Amino acid sequence: MTMAQILFYLMGFIALASAVFVAASKNLVRSVFMFFVTLLALAGLYVLALADFIAITQIVVYVGGILVLILFAFMLSGKETLANLQQQNNRFISISKLPALLLAVLFFIVMLNMIIKLDADNLIWIKKAVERKQAVNPGSVMVNNIGINLMSTYLLPFEAISILLMMALVGAAHLSRKERTL
Amino acid sequence: MISLTDFLVVSAGLFCTGLFIILTKRNAIQVLIGIEMMLNAAILNLVAFGKYDRVNNGGQLFALFAIVLAAATTAVALAIILNVYKKYKTIDPGKIDGLKD
Repeated sequence: MTMAQILFYLMGFIALASAVFVAASKNLVRSVFMFFVTLLALAGLYVLALADFIAITQIVVYVGGILVLILFAFMLSGKETLANLQQQNNRFISISKLPALLLAVLFFIVMLNMIIKLDADNLIWIKKAVERKQAVNPGSVMVNNIGINLMSTYLLPFEAISILLMMALVGAAHLSRKERTL
Repeated sequence: MISLTDFLVVSAGLFCTGLFIILTKRNAIQVLIGIEMMLNAAILNLVAFGKYDRVNNGGQLFALFAIVLAAATTAVALAIILNVYKKYKTIDPGKIDGLKD
């Protein structure tokens, strides 16, 4: 077992355990902060999949942006909601949550079955990629290639997504105005 | 080398946890967290397969696009949640049931 594998299992365990904690936690603020841990562990998994640029983007956008936004909305949506929500019966396994638990577990079993049948490491195109040395190896720097591809092959999706981001920004600002004077 | 199957199993576990969160939580913000978790599971799959595409970087670039999409979604969803809170004084999705005032 190599070092990378040990780190992978550690990160995977942290990600899954904190995700389960988010699902099970009674305290709402604590569950938001555990989601923070899940996202950081996922960034570690991206590094182990040799995608360091994606890992940095994940930390900048998710941990720095989205999570702060979620915390803001959380605090702005009032104290009485928090008190109201905390007194409800929030045990992990209660009779009202049984159908959801059943659905999630059964779906997991279906996906696991499919993953085992797929046997992803022996897919034809992956074997071809390894033969032609198209797989990323740990020493190579991918950031230059990503930049060139973003500005050449994937220029249209890049422009489309930038327009979408601007529209979302304008829409969010419009939705959260103070007074509606229409 | 870490095998692809391990990545797929971790991502399936995250996806199902997100599904459970969406189905059980009584708070719109926590439902949003569940959606983000499912999106992250999908991004993990893209990144894991993107390791085998060194020339075009298809997987990694679409993971980037998915992250940007998630950011845009969250901004709009949180604005909507704040508006709903202003109007109904609650963010329990089960209690928001009026189309008109």
